Amino acid sequence: MSDIKITIIDREGKRHEVDAPTDMNMNLMEVCKAYELPVQAVCGGMAMCATCQCYIISDHDLGERNDDEQAMLWEASFVKDNSRLGCQVPITEDLEGLVVELAPEE
Amino acid sequence: MDFIMEKEMITTDILIIGAGPTGLFAVFEAGLLKLKCHIIDALAQPGGQCTELYPKKPIYDIPGFPEVLAGDLVTNLMKQIEPFQPGFTLGERAETIEKLEDGSFIVTTSKGTKHHAKIVAIAGGLGSFEPRKPAIDGLEKYEDKGLAYMIKDPEVYRDKKVVIAGGGDSALDWSIFLADVASEVTLVHRREEFRGALDSVEKVEELVQADKIRLITPAEILDVNGNGKVETVLLQHNDEAKRMEVIECDAFIPLFGLAPKLGPIGDWGLEIEKNAIKVDNTLDYQTNIPGIYAIGDVNTYPGKLKLILCGFHEATLMCQSAYQRIFPDKRYVMKYTTVGGIDGFDGSRKEAEKSIVKKIGNKQNV
Repeated sequence: MSDIKITIIDREGKRHEVDAPTDMNMNLMEVCKAYELPVQAVCGGMAMCATCQCYIISDHDLGERNDDEQAMLWEASFVKDNSRLGCQVPITEDLEGLVVELAPEE
Repeated sequence: MDFIMEKEMITTDILIIGAGPTGLFAVFEAGLLKLKCHIIDALAQPGGQCTELYPKKPIYDIPGFPEVLAGDLVTNLMKQIEPFQPGFTLGERAETIEKLEDGSFIVTTSKGTKHHAKIVAIAGGLGSFEPRKPAIDGLEKYEDKGLAYMIKDPEVYRDKKVVIAGGGDSALDWSIFLADVASEVTLVHRREEFRGALDSVEKVEELVQADKIRLITPAEILDVNGNGKVETVLLQHNDEAKRMEVIECDAFIPLFGLAPKLGPIGDWGLEIEKNAIKVDNTLDYQTNIPGIYAIGDVNTYPGKLKLILCGFHEATLMCQSAYQRIFPDKRYVMKYTTVGGIDGFDGSRKEAEKSIVKKIGNKQNV
């Protein structure tokens, strides 16, 4: 059992520091859902709706976007260089201290 | 002379809002109770998310199906409910609801189609899918005048010049389909890479080689022009020169995917919690307005799981309650389909093959 701390800034600018388990095959979108943060996750994690889009604020290296994520982000709105789809970001120990901000809803 | 034909009102027993798996299966359960259904959906085809978002993806938790593609599940459901002849109002969003004195409802769509029903069952999933629209000023005035965000009837484009924009499955699949229908198909995408099923990507490649599709990438449509209808689009090549090009066309179809919105249902006076409709899960999934039910992903209650299989269960109990509401004096006992068979409204009948009762003679020893 190992939890990491991550900070999620919601669309009102409120910061939520939450514990995210690294051993439960969870992704960032699921962590948001688990803490009832306003992430719709329409497609349920298939990188097909961009409702879990967020901006990576801290300087963690999350690696390249995968193909599905990249393609979705070409079509989504409010996309910035630091945009990621929460559902494609697995929670690992490397993400200790991660800070993300939820992108606006379309 | 100027007069408007009042469209005839559609009447039904249960009006279902949303043609996803839950809404479709409700038609079956209602049909067993001899209740007629009509379905409204904002999308042009039935299936909801299953057909719109992931038709070619497998689902592993439909009881009795170790693996089924989302699109196939919808095809199967359509086949299963066919004997009960559901009506469909597709490509229109349920907009307003009015409760009449006798307890029945009139639901009017975005295009003014009126539906009169004894019961309303909202199976709206995450809401109606609204197309993502390109950010072009003044685009609205071309809507339905050559500009469309979804394709309802491909025949509209026969022998027309069509420009499709987008990089996903629907842009690919419609380009393929229209290559045989339209006189010209131009496919424009911001990137060189497309995201779709492999066979769709390969088919488009073939059609481009055969000059049946003109592919322009990377490029973007910046403007639409015409006198009262789409006549040209302005395209910018995203190469170094940023060259501009005017393309003559009869239709411009941006297919940038869809984003769900709970939409007008949110203003119907229903109790809403976190974008979902609160229902009575101890009994029948009825909302705070008697006669209006909410089933499937659109509802919420303690312990709610947004699973197709849960939607099926909710639809079944909803129909029983709807029956009681419509026929408060009738006694009814649930009958197994294996026992009772299925009597379609189309006169068809399905039933289990009768076993025979027959003596089997002993081997005669002479």
